[in-house]
Amino acid sequence: MKKIPRFLKLLLIGFLSLGIIGCATTPKGFLKPSEGSLQKRQLQSRQYDTIDEEKILTSVAGVLQDLGFTLDESETKLGLVSASKKADAKSGGQIAGAVFLDLLCALGGSHSNATANCDKSQVVKASVITKPGLDGHKTIVRVTFQRIVWNMSNQISKVESIGDPQIYQKFYESLSKAIFLEAQQI
Amino acid sequence: MKKLRSYCTVFIILLFVFMLAGCATTAGKAFETNESQVKLRSIQTRAFDTTDKKKMMQTVISTMQDLDFVINKADLTLGSVTGSKFLGNAVVAMTVTVRPRGEKQLLVRANAQYGINSVEDPETYQDFFVALGKAMFLTVQQVD
Repeated sequence: MKKIPRFLKLLLIGFLSLGIIGCATTPKGFLKPSEGSLQKRQLQSRQYDTIDEEKILTSVAGVLQDLGFTLDESETKLGLVSASKKADAKSGGQIAGAVFLDLLCALGGSHSNATANCDKSQVVKASVITKPGLDGHKTIVRVTFQRIVWNMSNQISKVESIGDPQIYQKFYESLSKAIFLEAQQI
Repeated sequence: MKKLRSYCTVFIILLFVFMLAGCATTAGKAFETNESQVKLRSIQTRAFDTTDKKKMMQTVISTMQDLDFVINKADLTLGSVTGSKFLGNAVVAMTVTVRPRGEKQLLVRANAQYGINSVEDPETYQDFFVALGKAMFLTVQQVD
């Protein structure tokens, strides 16, 4: 019986540990509030000086329609409107880079299809919740956005929550305008 | 010769067994759970000392929003809220139902799915109920 070479042993241990890692399925702790959740809440919420939730909700529906969303679901008693929108996700820079990479590979004599992995389209989902403020004179509105991105070969390439402050800022600017317009009956 | 025949017989029997096994559909897989039904219920359910269903549901919704969920559906009459969030490349979907228990309590049940797997880990649900209890200013009670 010859001794097993050292590197073979290492290889075997490596394989076994990879196998064990492969068993990990569902991560834990994803229902625990993270440290940034308070900050996110502030970014996503606004207060309005009215207790007329219905008025706010109709304005929200109007703003979402202004932004090209279609309404998926609504529940006035709880104050929920959820909507979604399909949009273009092509970015000139990304495509140019991919075409350049493909060209380089072709020149070097190998195969590459980076262009097929470029983003093509996206679906943005929005959900707006209204609820009475703690002091009883205000209504709190909170909107959350998420998006799913497809690439050129129609595979899902990215899923994410949208955290860009500008997008939320823009939404609330439109909402404030819409509430004003509704109040003036335009 | 006899040996060859017996080999053939065994082979044919095995072939039949495999063919029969092939007939099983995968539809049953969708209804499988790892934990027993009773245990799963107690992992996913808590009781709260309040009868204000609307406030409870509003708190459930804000807790879910704090946890990055986007609310897709909600219904006050049924007492259900459904939301989803992304974790890396996987989708976490969760439904929470609120229903009365007796005269003085509300039962809250959360049901989460990670990708194609049901979440059956007690700690994950405990995290959610702790966050919910804090938001409600109420103590969470384990249900037997």
